[in-house]
Amino acid sequence: MLGLQSYRLLAEMNRLLALLFHQGVLDEQFLQLLQLRDESSPNFVSEVVNMYFNESEKLLRSLRALSVDRQHWEYTKVGLHLNQLMGSSSSIGANRIRNVCIAFRAASEQNNRPGCLRALDVLEHEFCYLKNKLHEFFLIEQQRVLAAGIRYPDPMQQHPN
Amino acid sequence: MGMATTKSEFHVLAVDDSIIDRKLIERLLKTASYQVTTVDSGSKALEFLGFCEDVESNSNEPSTSPNNQQEVEVNLIITDYCMPEMTGYDLLKKIKESSSFRDIPVVIMSSENVPSRISRCLEEGAEEFFLKPVRLADVNKLKPHMMKTKNRDCQKAEEEVSSNEKIASLEIKSSEQTQAEDGNNNKRKATEAEEELSQDRTRRRYNGLTVI
Repeated sequence: MLGLQSYRLLAEMNRLLALLFHQGVLDEQFLQLLQLRDESSPNFVSEVVNMYFNESEKLLRSLRALSVDRQHWEYTKVGLHLNQLMGSSSSIGANRIRNVCIAFRAASEQNNRPGCLRALDVLEHEFCYLKNKLHEFFLIEQQRVLAAGIRYPDPMQQHPN
Repeated sequence: MGMATTKSEFHVLAVDDSIIDRKLIERLLKTASYQVTTVDSGSKALEFLGFCEDVESNSNEPSTSPNNQQEVEVNLIITDYCMPEMTGYDLLKKIKESSSFRDIPVVIMSSENVPSRISRCLEEGAEEFFLKPVRLADVNKLKPHMMKTKNRDCQKAEEEVSSNEKIASLEIKSSEQTQAEDGNNNKRKATEAEEELSQDRTRRRYNGLTVI
């Protein structure tokens, strides 16, 4: 019975990951990141992911601000922001976000304003979704780490709380 | 667990303007047991190497070695291609044009698969071209390049010693070095061929879930 809770949480993490892979939200690169964790840097993935969220939020805000200008479409700036977002999304395995960036960039190059605005909407939505899911993932993991450290001498016994 | 001060430690200088990619490459390199320094631009990389001759000298003893370069030994430089101001290609050129640093192997990384870009970098003297996202398997390919330079440095040190003694043996050693350079060219061509093959590979499909 030892570690049953921890095992259940692990199964939950795997289920969540499997869902995200199945949906194409994440790709294999995320697994590569998970494999880079070790005792010397156990928080590596959550640190990188948080960096990614911080950076992406700023980029999305800039893109939104640029899209408000009805007269002028700043291709160059939009392109720069998109390249950055694309690069970092690819680096952490955020597959769907990267694909939307590619479509956004194509629309921008083709002077397709409505297409750009649609892409931006989708980007913001995808970003929200990914952020929620990954927060969930790391939360479960935190719980699992805690649970793995707790001994259950008698599974029927109540925790003194 | 402190860092072992073994002679075989390799020091890699990683250059990337993206903070996320810097963190990633640092982790990859550390996992492969290299010492890592990361900088966010080509100019900072050159500064780190000691390019600027008029670097502030904090040394209290001006009589000791004036060469800042020798204090910072870099065994390999891995750089992103797309960077503002100085691209990875510009950095590569600067390094290969410098007599002090041209022997340091340089590897280029890029998120875009542009064959002309790849061949241009390889022609300019880059040892490898990695497509991003870079993986542990890529980073594990770096050691031979660093070993090659270390061996060449040892060979050069031996040459200096023998040239002081005999002129004849110096001639023999020179011809050996030319042969080694031809070997390097062949290796670059082999790497190019490998690069063509690896460009064809599609992203591995995700088949199953690995247990964490």
